[in-house]
Amino acid sequence: MLSLTECPGCKEKYKELEEFISGVKNEPGILINVLHKAQELFGYLSEETQQFVADKLEVPLSRVYGVVTFYNFFSTKPKGKNQIKVCLGTACYVKGADKVMQRLLDDLKVGMEEPTEDGLFSVHAVRCLGACSMAPVVLVGERDFYGRVTPDEASKIIEKYRRNENGKN
Amino acid sequence: MPVVENTILICAGGACISAGEKSVKETLEEKLQEYSLENVIKVVETGCMGACDLGPIMVIYPEGVFYQKVEPKDVSKIVEEHLLKGRVVNDLLYKGDKGDLTIKPQENIPFFTEQVKIATRNLGVIDPLSIEEYIARDGYFALRKVLLEMTPEAVIEELKKSELRGRGGAGFPTYMKWTLARNSESDTKYVICNADEGDPGAFMDRAVLEGDPHAIVEAMTIAAYVIGAEKGFVYCRAEYPLAIERLTIAINKAKEYGLLGNNIMDTGFSFDLEIRIGAGAFVCGEETALINSIEGKRGVPRLKPPYPSDKGLWGKPTLNNNVETYANIAPIIRNGGEWFAQYGVEGARGTKVFALAGKVKNTGLVEVPFGTSLRKLVFEIGGGIPNGKKMKAVQTGGPSGGCIPMEYIDTPITYDNLKSLGAIVGSGGLIIMDEDDCMVDVAKFFLEFTVEESCGQCTPCREGTKQMHEIMKKITSGEGEMEDLDKLKELGQYIMDTSLCGLGQTAPQPVISTMKYFWEEYLAHIDEKKCPAKRCKALTRVVIDKEKCVGCTACARVCPVNCISGEVRKPHEIDPDICTRCGSCITVCRFNAIDKVSP
Repeated sequence: MLSLTECPGCKEKYKELEEFISGVKNEPGILINVLHKAQELFGYLSEETQQFVADKLEVPLSRVYGVVTFYNFFSTKPKGKNQIKVCLGTACYVKGADKVMQRLLDDLKVGMEEPTEDGLFSVHAVRCLGACSMAPVVLVGERDFYGRVTPDEASKIIEKYRRNENGKN
Repeated sequence: MPVVENTILICAGGACISAGEKSVKETLEEKLQEYSLENVIKVVETGCMGACDLGPIMVIYPEGVFYQKVEPKDVSKIVEEHLLKGRVVNDLLYKGDKGDLTIKPQENIPFFTEQVKIATRNLGVIDPLSIEEYIARDGYFALRKVLLEMTPEAVIEELKKSELRGRGGAGFPTYMKWTLARNSESDTKYVICNADEGDPGAFMDRAVLEGDPHAIVEAMTIAAYVIGAEKGFVYCRAEYPLAIERLTIAINKAKEYGLLGNNIMDTGFSFDLEIRIGAGAFVCGEETALINSIEGKRGVPRLKPPYPSDKGLWGKPTLNNNVETYANIAPIIRNGGEWFAQYGVEGARGTKVFALAGKVKNTGLVEVPFGTSLRKLVFEIGGGIPNGKKMKAVQTGGPSGGCIPMEYIDTPITYDNLKSLGAIVGSGGLIIMDEDDCMVDVAKFFLEFTVEESCGQCTPCREGTKQMHEIMKKITSGEGEMEDLDKLKELGQYIMDTSLCGLGQTAPQPVISTMKYFWEEYLAHIDEKKCPAKRCKALTRVVIDKEKCVGCTACARVCPVNCISGEVRKPHEIDPDICTRCGSCITVCRFNAIDKVSP
């Protein structure tokens, strides 16, 4: 497997991460913030990235790994370029979020958390997004909210992003 | 400076954003420029206005005309008709049940008029990014009063008179918490705001952080002065990026204005505030787990005692309150504890913000005095159940709460009343369920949640909830036996008695409360292998009525898993082994030939 340090653009990302770490290193309990930054840069937290964080913060790798695996937000595997997050909070659940989820997985022919072959999408179940009145809610990336989503609309959401991607090429 | 003729408030709460608020605002700004109105008409994005179901919402002042479900295509009509010609756009007005139009529903429908807004006083009224607007609404006056005129003891005395109790779930008297933290002796102390709103169905903390972030900054500074802390943390969920963004702006602005940081208002008192972002762990809502998480560790709860007021963050005395609790502080200081205590009832004073969601017409955020009945909340303020269905239960308190059936709908909401019904006020999420919801399935849903969110530290919670979940899976798939119900009860009791933290101690609650009130639904699943609500997949079939089916093939074309077969113009058939019970075929059939049945 290609080491991340050899991957295109990763050298710069590690540099950015190192700069971030040196700015906050002396603040107590900063590990989680650093991991947020690392995941923002790389999309996920590989063993190599975790080792890097451990070295720079001078904490054991086991501690970094322990924290990474404890929190749902951190992922040790790559995710799709467009992360489709289906809220499985109670309000969304009683309004049929499970069916929306199933449709997304069927359409993309993937399992949960698993990126599509072209790397464009991955589907994730998330905890309540706090937009319960619009249940069921789907979030793509960090900011694109879709409310009152039906399975058919879920299919359309995928198509929309696929068109955008194709438009770019 | 040009005279502003109209101010347009656009709700930028979570629900309105998900309904397309951003593109409405952009289109509006473009249109205003087109007509060169951008200097005389001010557009302000506010926090959540509460009536989430009607989003995106736009209110135009000075008239106060309330437009609902505004889409980008409606914007030119608003500009051309309302702003230029002074004619109200009727199509976008709020329509009552009988189709009657209302220009200002905020003044005449129960959803708005029955509310008493204290914690949410500024939501939907001010621009959350503007410290001036917060100050114009008496913001930071409480802090000024505290720093210049009050002793810490006097502040605590007001809190005592207000009878404010923690709004995060446990309902511990706030003045007592502050007293304990104040009385702990230490050179360093901390103030924390718990903004890790994890209960599914609750979004009031999100709304306050996004809509009125300065309220939290002001209250935490007051708390710091009272207990003697110089540093505070807001622990916010990573799922709320907008809240983090707006709070960050608020903190920076407050520092710039000398209302936070060193030597606040030249009084010599200093307090610094930092945001720490969670990483998706429900258990971090438990205060000691939250403290571990701020310390950068796995968020597992600690043994209590010692309580955080003695040994909290980095072993120092720590005061931890929830967002809504803090949001009540400044008004209590400004108006006095007795003013606050005039609302509510014995044992539950003041107001509570509830998030109405699920099968209710008016979903959204409402703030009402304690003692308001569930019926009033659901049927008057909430407008009742949509689609002519019957209400089955109100779920309160998330995974730690319970389901309250229709027969207790007249119960006044207080901490004690809900507790005696086997539910809790919790953080205030109310999910309304109707006859299509299977209570066994709902209980299973919550257990699934706690199984995943159990931190794994103590055995009763880690293993016990897992075993309960297995039993629930068995029952919902039609393989349950009567003795399973006894096992659930017994196991549930063990978990409640022996778990280390609140998560485990309350995890069996959804099962216990549904067993108490919906016993016959459990029996139907076990004895008759039936799901009365037709929700449990294994106990439900989707079938085509051969008499009614004309063979139009609409269902076969819409089926996402291709499980419907049949020739054109001949009755079709569904393969139950492939069918996912998604119901798409039922929606599309024009002959009412398809239905769900539970054999």
